[in-house]
Amino acid sequence: MSVSPTPLLELVDLARHFPVRNAFGRRTGWIRAVDGVSLTVWPGETLGLVGESGCGKSTLGKTVMGVHAPTAGDIRFAGREIGRLARRERRAIAKDLQYVYQDPGASLDPRWKVLHSLHEPLKIHTRLSRAERDEQVRAILAAVGLPGAHLDLYPHELSGGQQRRVGLARILTLRPRMVILDEPTSGLDVSVQASVLKLFRSLQDSFALTYVFISHDLAVVRAMCARIAVMYLGRIVELGETAAVFEAPRHPYTRSLLAAVPRIGGRRVTLDFVLEGEPPNPRDVPSGCRFRTRCPLVQDVCAREEPALREVEGGLVACHFA
Amino acid sequence: MGAMAELLSVRGLTVDFLTDGGAAQVLDGINLDVGPGEVVGLVGESGCGKTTLARAILGILPAGPARIRGGEVRFKDADLLRADPAVVNDRVRGRAITFIPQDPSTSFSPVFPVETQIMDLMKWKSPRSTGQGPSSTLSRYPRERHRADREAVLETLRAVQIPEPARALKRLPHEFSGGQRQRLMIAMALLPRPDLIIADEPTTSLDVTIQAQILRLLRELVKERGVSVLFTTHDLGTAHEICDRVVVMYAGQEMEAAPAEAFFGRPAHPYTRRLLASVPTGTGELRDIPGEVPSLVDPPSGCRFHPRCDYATAECRAGRPAPRALTRDHGVRCHHPVDGPNA
Repeated sequence: MSVSPTPLLELVDLARHFPVRNAFGRRTGWIRAVDGVSLTVWPGETLGLVGESGCGKSTLGKTVMGVHAPTAGDIRFAGREIGRLARRERRAIAKDLQYVYQDPGASLDPRWKVLHSLHEPLKIHTRLSRAERDEQVRAILAAVGLPGAHLDLYPHELSGGQQRRVGLARILTLRPRMVILDEPTSGLDVSVQASVLKLFRSLQDSFALTYVFISHDLAVVRAMCARIAVMYLGRIVELGETAAVFEAPRHPYTRSLLAAVPRIGGRRVTLDFVLEGEPPNPRDVPSGCRFRTRCPLVQDVCAREEPALREVEGGLVACHFA
Repeated sequence: MGAMAELLSVRGLTVDFLTDGGAAQVLDGINLDVGPGEVVGLVGESGCGKTTLARAILGILPAGPARIRGGEVRFKDADLLRADPAVVNDRVRGRAITFIPQDPSTSFSPVFPVETQIMDLMKWKSPRSTGQGPSSTLSRYPRERHRADREAVLETLRAVQIPEPARALKRLPHEFSGGQRQRLMIAMALLPRPDLIIADEPTTSLDVTIQAQILRLLRELVKERGVSVLFTTHDLGTAHEICDRVVVMYAGQEMEAAPAEAFFGRPAHPYTRRLLASVPTGTGELRDIPGEVPSLVDPPSGCRFHPRCDYATAECRAGRPAPRALTRDHGVRCHHPVDGPNA
């Protein structure tokens, strides 16, 4: 993975809030799903975005994609601010920036043959001739490991794994530069998961892709990502090289999160697991540090001041005591 | 496999499901044992039949498509498949054997407070009732027993660490978080004082920190009370956390059964070894199992793993291997078991 000095994606204080309304449509509060996130993704890398449900990781991915408009902050893609583009300009970006949902195979049209599904994005976004499109489609299909004969099949004639591969091929026909993978392996069995992850890796090599890998599964993120960002209640609490974060997590939340992951063959982690309670409601974020209500290290200062994300030995941590 | 007097012992259980494409052979002569006070993990990938097996033991297979072709489910000296259904309904299901579902949010009615729903359960299945539940929905709930049952409910809610149990009972299910709802389900599974709890992927929908809390709580509570658990999961890490013994299934056949330490340390079945090797590790190396899970309508002959197995021979295609005991409590159904730690 070559890391060049210009970032492919840069988020600056990005926020996305959702209004909470009562039965009469009056706004009664805000859910601060993403609340001041800054991060940088370098070309060719895989950045992992981890956290538990409700931490805002999917909202972050969807805001970058333009599914949600940002409430505040900037989204710079390849040096250009894309958060406030008009619809038409935004569409031109879609070719370079693609999003993979949990099961890309489920978004295939059941009435279309694979051929039709794979040609469609090229028809919309490029001016290639039919022959050129055909050549590209065949190349991509081979890259995801399917024979050309599958072009003539309908989705129901494929197995679940093959449908997933076609879904990925469909996203790749446009030759995007960045792909946001949102929980791409959740619900998969481990043996299938391993082959899907292998496929992501080989596609990254052949198409020089940059991935943002959103997942709640820390073992998968560890296997796939060189850097990870840990989110808690709309904020990044720790960001760093995966190996460093896994070996010496600095934020107490990261420590608890890693401590909860079973280690097969080792001592049972549940025997020593101490974190109590559950994340607070994102409608009602605690003052100061958002993790303080569950934190074993909590002090008075944590309620008064929200710790900034600061550099500690090469990584970034948002904790007063890191 | 397993020499101690078993609480539950399934032998040769064979179940088909009628589908549009033909009969799917979902369980193919399954053997399974659960000893008293033992937490047994039933692991395997989606479609391997673990939920069907759990449901067959509970006697809640879907009546339309499911056909029990043979075998027996022995629970405390009675064959549940051949016992009087009324007796099983009264004494066993929901009483001696209880159930924790995968998704607690769909197991509560959204429109009644939790108290109503738990007390309804207690009206029928309380350990203080006389063995036979009320004769009809209209029959009254004796006041004395109601009071004692409600005390037991509050005590059990405290045991599963629901804060302020008396107030919690007044709330509706949606006012609880997913983790809290699963705690309520555990409480409801413990309240009838069962001998066996069947837990079907109870932590799959939970976040990892909540999962760790729930697994610890469940293991502590059942060990304290001497309740056996049959815990189905597709997540090997979860199985490692909670189980005393693990049974692995593949495509409707049980492949290996061993104490947790041997299962994770010295797995003998080629399938078990490959399955464990496919769990991502710190090194970043990824090892999948080539090929796909077979169709159960037209499954491979003999050992159903043979088309994907590195060790397969003609023998494996010819017939399903008989159970073979490697040690006293480590059994495997394979013609070519592998020795030594998993590479």
